[in-house]
Parts: sequence; structure tokens; C-alpha cells
Amino acid sequence: MSLKALKANRLIDGEAVWLTEAGGWSDRVSAARTEGDAEGHATLEQIGVQATADSLVVNAELIDVEFRDGAPVPTKLKERIRALGPTVRLDLGKQSEPKSRLQEVA
Amino acid sequence: MYRYDEFDAQLVQERVAQFRGQVARRVAGEMTEDEFKPLRLMNGLYLQIHAYMLRVAIPYGTFNAPQMRKLAHIARVYDKGYGHFTTRQNIQYNWITLEQTPDILEELASVEMHAIQTSGNCIRNTTADPYAGAAVDEHEDPRIWAEIIRQWSSFHPEFSFLPRKFKIAVTGAENDRAAVRVHDIGLVIVRNDAGEVGFKVMVGGGQGRTPMIAKTIREFVPKDNLLSYLEAVLRVYNMLGRRDNKYKARIKILVHEVGVEEVTRLVEAEWEAMKQETSVDLPAEERDRIAAYFAPPAFEVLADTDTGFEARKFEDRDFRHWVRTNVKPHRQAGYAIVDISLKPTGGIPGDITADQMDAVADIAEAYAVDSEIRATYQQNLVLPHVRLQDLSAVYDRLVEVGLATGNIGLAGDIIACPGLDYCDLANARSIPVSQAISERFADLNRQYDIGPLEIKISGCINACGHHHVGHIGILGVDRKGEEHYQLTLGGRADDAAAIGKITGPGFSADGIVDAVETVVETYLTLRLDPAERFIDTLERLGFQPFKERLYGAKAA
Amino acid sequence: MALIKNGTQVSDQWITADDDTPVQADIPTIVSYKRFLAERETLVRSRAELGVKVSPGEDVTALERDLARLQVIALDFPKFTDGRSYSAARILRQRLGFEGEIRATGDVLRDQYLFMQRAGFDSYEVNDGVEARQWLDAVREFSHYYQPAPNGTSAVWARRHAHLAAAAE
Repeated sequence: MSLKALKANRLIDGEAVWLTEAGGWSDRVSAARTEGDAEGHATLEQIGVQATADSLVVNAELIDVEFRDGAPVPTKLKERIRALGPTVRLDLGKQSEPKSRLQEVA
Repeated sequence: MYRYDEFDAQLVQERVAQFRGQVARRVAGEMTEDEFKPLRLMNGLYLQIHAYMLRVAIPYGTFNAPQMRKLAHIARVYDKGYGHFTTRQNIQYNWITLEQTPDILEELASVEMHAIQTSGNCIRNTTADPYAGAAVDEHEDPRIWAEIIRQWSSFHPEFSFLPRKFKIAVTGAENDRAAVRVHDIGLVIVRNDAGEVGFKVMVGGGQGRTPMIAKTIREFVPKDNLLSYLEAVLRVYNMLGRRDNKYKARIKILVHEVGVEEVTRLVEAEWEAMKQETSVDLPAEERDRIAAYFAPPAFEVLADTDTGFEARKFEDRDFRHWVRTNVKPHRQAGYAIVDISLKPTGGIPGDITADQMDAVADIAEAYAVDSEIRATYQQNLVLPHVRLQDLSAVYDRLVEVGLATGNIGLAGDIIACPGLDYCDLANARSIPVSQAISERFADLNRQYDIGPLEIKISGCINACGHHHVGHIGILGVDRKGEEHYQLTLGGRADDAAAIGKITGPGFSADGIVDAVETVVETYLTLRLDPAERFIDTLERLGFQPFKERLYGAKAA
Repeated sequence: MALIKNGTQVSDQWITADDDTPVQADIPTIVSYKRFLAERETLVRSRAELGVKVSPGEDVTALERDLARLQVIALDFPKFTDGRSYSAARILRQRLGFEGEIRATGDVLRDQYLFMQRAGFDSYEVNDGVEARQWLDAVREFSHYYQPAPNGTSAVWARRHAHLAAAAE
């Protein structure tokens, strides 16, 4: 069973966010809650449906992740781009923010 | 160009207020995303990978310096300091928030702009010749009709929930620069035997998953009946277009499935019946009112040549090269059309910074008649009316801001969609491939030697990068999680429009750049002489020699 | 379900009958298009007030000879994104001259009221709790239109030239 996290875009500003352990939404995939079994995936999916119904987020979807250096990282290119920013503009998106900020939200 | 009167201004203003209300109701949870999404799309607002994306309409690609300054202002204040000119003559911003969108629309309305129907299953921004009103080969200015179509199609009570999007293009020139044959409706301004002006109507062209070249359904529609004829086509499409499968919902599939004769018959019957009803055709006063905005500007009476211009061409090789590719003859003596390339070597096709936008606005204000600017579907800009004597100054100013790349129509002038770097629909990245090809052909002298060549790249089958009609087309696909690129050859979007054919097995991200170079080198060894263009050599010799070089003699 | 007509909430005098429910003379009844065509002879001779419910894909011109007999034509929106009933409404009003009630049924939402009104609809079956006030707000969002419409609104060009004519006097 693959390891998954729940990604979405925040309704109000479209920011890419991931569901956290605490039940909030972080703009860092490193803070994402991960689930490795069917029951956990179903829970994540259910939270996504509810958060969508509550007009907090849109496009909620499970994504494949793996742990690297102790934090979840998306395995697919599209989701890595979502987590970092455009590969052609390294000065933009989450990848452009200072490392300290990355650690702080993780 | 067209200017809003009090009615247009109020309509756009009311549209802003309407959308502000819709956003408020959405944020308050009074509307679901399923209910809201078609509404926001009809205002050009997408949700992409990183944020919302707003596509702002530049109707038929015509705008001016104050509008460009406003676009720069929006890029700075509401986005990240840049914008992206699209293959539909529009501009889009990549880092937009939902809550600020009504304010952006308000800003746009203040300069007579909007984002109305830049997406959604409705009639989209009409494409027109970017050289309209300036080109030597023009019979009649297509923008008059594009504006008439803009007004008629805005908030249309019958055609706002079509099976799928609907794109119309108009050209009034000998040479098609609006890709009319790959639009849902392509209109060509023609004269009939009696000398009357009207439209040849082509239907069912398009790109995407099932690319098709439009078929002619009427050789001549009198211009005064254009709108009722369009209503007849749209009604047939609205009633009969497929709604069971979004990939089969465009009018091209209807034309393909029921046949062009049957579609023609249905349209004619509908049009005939409409003639008994309240007409949607414009009265002559209104047509003339709109046409007056597109009357030729007050050109100065000038000589055919300018000595300063000629002298600089003689002395300055870079300037001479830029003129060769980026300056086109103008119908008015002493004037020229200036193409501004948004394809610097290694750059992102169509991207422009807010500072560059302001610079273009300044240049247009100083040197372009009525400060007019055009956007092209090739993702470049045009100053349609510049005096020959000012070309030198325009060039110098463009050089200062990095917008003087002399590569229009050449290998470096690549069309690319945003691809997987931004777009939620994409399967592969487009921009890095275009950058790598651009770098590979960085030597302008090599590009001049190669001559006219259209390379077009899409990051998914929706074909926003027009790969089907590229001389060399590249389609990015996802193959087991890896980016993979299919190569097509022989597409073209002009009067001899054709859909490119796949050469064979696809290539990796690195491999595709080599493959493009192989194709180009093959052409260089096979062409009869430097005057034979890539597309001509390909059409003369067929695919075989290119496939042999790409895949080896056996595979071919 | 609530019914909004002429800008006010009204009680619905009509029932929409299943295809196997007999039509009663004293109850205004809306029947399906298929049933109407199948039982036309009987239905048009019945004393009941009659309406027909037309789904997208069904051809309203087949009702032409009976339009004077029909008080209501309900045009359905299975999903609000299915726009075929807009064409049907315009054909009924502009081509066939239908003067009875054209009712929007199905997925009838606030942000489409104005399109519907302009295409020729004059009554709206909406969810309970939707107030006439919201309908009124929705149809007043624009002051001008670029197209003439069967609901009698003139196109902006008619206003433009009336205005120019007035200014010239």
C-alpha cells in the first residue's frame, strides 16, 4: 500500500496546501500528514470531501509521497512542481522562500 | 481602435459587480465549486497548480499603451511582476488570488478591458490578423467584424452554455495570419462576382485531441447578414453538438460525424427560418459606428524611404538583421509594421516583465500611431504603425529592455504553452524544451540560414501550444511517470493549413532537442537552395529522408 | 419546489404527471413530451389545462400545431451547464410565437436566471427557500444587452442610436 498525502488548493487564494497531522492545511508538503493503508487513505479522502464541502479548499486529491530526509516528498513530477514552484522560475513559488521558513512550517 | 461608449462601459462595470457578488457567495459557502467553476471560467479565472490564473482578453489582439501600462500595474500589484501572452492573443497571470480578482477586473474596466469569456463553454475571444489595418495584402480590416462579433457574443442569452468552447477567427487579407482554418468558425473576407463584400465561412477546424482543418460551408455570406448566419451555426451546434463526452463535444466532431453536407443543410435551414424573425443583424448605422473606430489613422504623407533608416541598415549589421525579420512592409508609404519578439534566446515564450510592458507602452506612445499595440497568436507583440524614420529609435529602446531579438518566424520563435510548470491539465513540461531548442539554435546566423521555421510545443493533447500546426510540432506526454515527447512534421496554420504527422517513436526530454536538430540538419542538406523553405522541402520529399535520419534506415 | 413567476413567488397550480397517471379534467397537468406525442389525440381533446415538459434533445417544433392548446411548456435543465433549453425557448418564442408560460425546471440556479429570462423563460422552478428577491436581484444585474431578446429587451445598438438621435435634435 503506497504512502499518500492529501493535497488541495486553498479556495480563497489558490495556494497549494497539504493536510497536516494537526488537521490544518500547510503550504509545505513537508508538514503533510501521511497514511500508508487503505483505512488511512479513506480517512484522508473523507477529510478532503468535507473540507471541499466547507468551502475551505478545492481540487482535494490524494498524492503519492515518500519520505526523504525525514519528511514527505511527492513522487510524481507534477506534485513536486506543486510543492516547489515552476522549474523554469526558481525565483518563484515555495522554492524561492528562505530555508528557515521551510523548517518553521515543517 | 474601438473605444467604449457609456453602454459598453456600464456593461463591463456591471460584470465586475456581478462577479464580485459571485465570489462573495462562493467564499461564504453559498455556492458549490461545481456551481461556481463555470462562472469563474466565463471570467477567465482558472485554478492551476500553484494558484489561480487569470486570462485577460485582448479582443482580437488589439490594445494600446495605457492598457499595456495597466497590465504592467496588475502584474506588479496582484501578481509576481510578469505576464504571459498566449496563443489566443490574450495575456494571463499565473499567481492570482480569488479574493483579489474582482479588484483586478475593476482595474481592467478602468481602461476598457475585461476577462469576459476568455474561458468556459462559450464564444471566446475572436482571433484576427495582428497586422490588421497595416498589412499590404489586406482587403478589409477584420477588426470591425471581430468587434461586432465580440459584442454579439458577450453574455449571449442562448450560447453561454455550449457543449464546449467556441473559437472564431477572421481574416481580411490575402495571407491568413489568424489561423482561421483551425478555428471552430473561420471567416475570410471576400468579394463575390457582383463585387460585394462578404464572408467565406469555414466550420469545424480545431486542434486538441482530434485535430481537423475547417471545411467551407458557405462561399459567401453578405456582410450585413454575418450575425444571423453565425447564430444559425451556433444554434445547430448548441442543439446537436455532443454533450456526452467532452473530448467529442467540439463542433469539428459534429461536422465529422454528421458530415459537412448535413451541417450545411441544417445551418441553411436554420438561417432561412431566422430570416422571418426579429433580426440580430446590425443596422447599418451601428455597423458604421463600429467601423468608424477602425478607420485608418491620420498617417503623415511621407516618402517611401527614409535616408536615416537606410543609412543605419547599411552601417549596423544587428539593426539590419532585426529589420530583416522583425519589420514588415506597411500599406502606407513611409511606415512599417514592427514585430516585437517575446522569444529571447533561452527565454520563456510569451513571458514579459512588468518593466518590459511599461517600456513597450512608452515606445508605443512615442513612436506608434495612436499608441497601438497588437498581440499575436505566436505570443509576440506588434507595433502596427511606425514611421520608417523612427525605426532606429524604436530598435534602440527595444534593445535596452531586451526585446529586440531578431528571430520572428525563425527557429527561435517557438510557440509553447505553459505546460506542467504551471498548468493543471499538462502531462509534461513545454517551456524547458522550448528553452533548450532556443539555446541550441542560439546563433542567429544559423537561424537566418535555416530560414522560416515554425516550432510549436504543447504539454498535453489539448494543444494550446498548437503543435499540430507546427512545421515541427512537439507534444509532451506522460509515459509511466516520465516526460516523453512526440515529434510531428508538416503542420501549418496558414492558407495551406495542414495537421502534422507523427514521425515515429517519441523522445526523452534531451532526445527531443537532438531530434529537432536532426530534422533541421536533414533539411539543410536536402534543400534545393536556400530559398526553399523547410516546409517546402518536406512537402517535396515527404517524411522518408527525415525518418531515416531520425530512426535509422531500417526503422524508416 | 417553489415557483417564481413575474418576479414573485407564486403557488404552483400545476402538477407534473407520471406517464401512467391519468390526466384529470380539473387539474392543470404537465405531461412528458413523449407522452404528449403518443397520446396527443386524447390529450388535446381532454378538458384539462395542459402543459408539456420537454427535455434537451426533444424537438419543440413537433409541438407547433398544438401550441394554442398548451398553457405551459416546461424546458428542463438536467444540469445547468446543458444549454440546449435556451435554444428551445428562443425557438418557441421567436419562431413559433408561443405566448404561454415557458418554465425552467431542473438545475435552475440564480446565476442563470438572467440568461433564461432573456431567452424567453418566464417562470422558474427553484429550490425551496429561494426567494423572489434573489431572482429580482439576478435579473437586474445588467442595464444593457448586446443582443435583442425575446423577452422584449432591445439590443444596446437600438439604445445607442435612439440616444444619438435624441442628442442630435
